Amino acid sequence: MEEILRVNNLSKRFEDIEVLNNLSLSVKKGEVVVIVGPSGCGKSTFLRCLNGLEEIEEGEIFLDGEKVSSNKKNMSKTREKIGMVFQSYDLFPHKTILQNITLAPIKVKKRKKAEVEEEALKLLDRVGLLSKKDNYPRQLSGGQKQRVAIVRALIMHPEVLLLDEITAALDPEMVREVLDVVLSLAKEGRTMLIVTHEMAFAKAVADRVIFLENGKIVEEGSPKEFFEDPKTDRLKKFLETFSYEK
Amino acid sequence: MGFEVLLKGNNMLRLLGGLGVAMYISLISVAISIFLGIILGALMTLKNPVINAFSRVYLEIVRIMPQMVLLFIVYFGATKVLGINLSAEISSIIVFSFWGTAEMSDLVRGALSGIDKIQYESSMALGMNTRQTYFHVIIPQIIRRLIPLSINLITRMIKTTSLVMMIGIVEVLKVGQQIIEANRKSSPNAAFGVFATIFLLYFLACYPISCLSKYLEKKWEN
Repeated sequence: MEEILRVNNLSKRFEDIEVLNNLSLSVKKGEVVVIVGPSGCGKSTFLRCLNGLEEIEEGEIFLDGEKVSSNKKNMSKTREKIGMVFQSYDLFPHKTILQNITLAPIKVKKRKKAEVEEEALKLLDRVGLLSKKDNYPRQLSGGQKQRVAIVRALIMHPEVLLLDEITAALDPEMVREVLDVVLSLAKEGRTMLIVTHEMAFAKAVADRVIFLENGKIVEEGSPKEFFEDPKTDRLKKFLETFSYEK
Repeated sequence: MGFEVLLKGNNMLRLLGGLGVAMYISLISVAISIFLGIILGALMTLKNPVINAFSRVYLEIVRIMPQMVLLFIVYFGATKVLGINLSAEISSIIVFSFWGTAEMSDLVRGALSGIDKIQYESSMALGMNTRQTYFHVIIPQIIRRLIPLSINLITRMIKTTSLVMMIGIVEVLKVGQQIIEANRKSSPNAAFGVFATIFLLYFLACYPISCLSKYLEKKWEN
C-alpha cells in the first residue's frame, strides 16, 4: 500500500523539556495507527504538530509526498487534508449542529450550500443524530457532541484523520457510541492516527500500535504482539497498569 | 392623590421632556462607553504590564468613587482648576462615559478571555484562516456574550442619570420637583402623584430594555 504520511526525525521542546525526540513514522493509506503512552509522553503534541497547531522545530513531515511547512498559508491547505477531533467538546456553541458541520466546507472549500447540507445530513444520519440537526451543541450529550465533531471533520474529506483522546472527557457509558463510529470508519478504510487510553478499543481498531514515552517510540507492533507479547519492560509495566487482579 | 397637577398646563409634557434629557445623556454615554470599552478591553487581553496597571487603577477608582463625587469633581472642579467651562450636560456625559468605559472594558475583557483556546484551534483545524476564524467563530460568540451585559449597563445608566440634577440639569426628577414646588398651595399631595408618575416613567423606559436583555441572554446561552 502507498505511504500517505511520513514523519522524519521530528523534535519539539517546550523550554527545557524535550517533548518529541527525533520521532519518525510512516503511515500507509488506509492504515489505523493507535498511539498509547503515559500522560505527558508527547502523544497529543505529536498529533498537534501534524496539523500545525504546534510549530515544527526540527524534522520534516510529508503528506502525500508534499512537505508540510509551518508557513501560515500552506498550513491552511494542509489542514484541509488532515482532519482533527479533540478531547474537549470543540463545537461552535453559537451555531446549530448542521451549521457546525457545514461552515468549513462552505467557507473554506467554497462548496455549494445545498450540496454540503445534503452530505451533512447523510453523515449525521450515519452517526444516528439526524434528528439533532437543528439543535445547539449545549442541547447534546458529550457523546453526541463528539459524534458531531467527527462528522464535522469527515465532511472536509480529509486524507488523514487525527483523533486526540476523543473519549477521555466522556462519561463511561458514552464512550461506546463514539468508538463505534470510529470502528466503522476503520472498517471502510480511513487512514487514522488515534491517541487513546482505551486499550480494548486500541486492540480492536488498530492495524499498528505505538508505545510512546518521553517523546520516543519505545515499541511498536501489531495489536496482537503489542498487547499479548510486549517486548520491552517499559511497555509491560505500562500495560500492567490497565489490568486488575485480586 | 396629587395626580391632578400633571394635567395642569403642560406639566406632563415637561416631565416627558425631563425623561428625554435623562435618556439623551445616558444613550450618548453608553455609545461612547461601548466604543472606548471595546478598545480598552481588547488592549487588556494583551497582558501588557503598563496597560494592566493603568486599567486596574482606573477600574478601582470607578468602583470606589460614588458617581456623584465624580460629577462634582468634573463639573465644579474642572472649571476652577483647569479653567475650562464645561456645561452640566457635557460634564455628566464625561462622568458617565468614564464610568461606563470602565465597566464595558471589564465586560469585553471577560468575554474575550472567556473564549476557549479550543475554539480557535478547532476552527483552524478545519482549514479556516485567521480572518475566517475571527469572523465566523470568535466575534459572533463575543457579541452574544456582550450584548445582554451592555444592555444591562444602559438601564443602570438611565437610572443613575437622576444624579445629574445635582449639577443643575433639568431632567425628569428635577422637573418633578419644580412641579411640586409650584403647586404646593393648590395640591399639597402633588408629591405622591408626581413621584409615582416618575417611577412609572423610569419603569416604562427601563423595563423593555431589561426584558430585551433577558430574552437575548436566554436565546444565546451556551
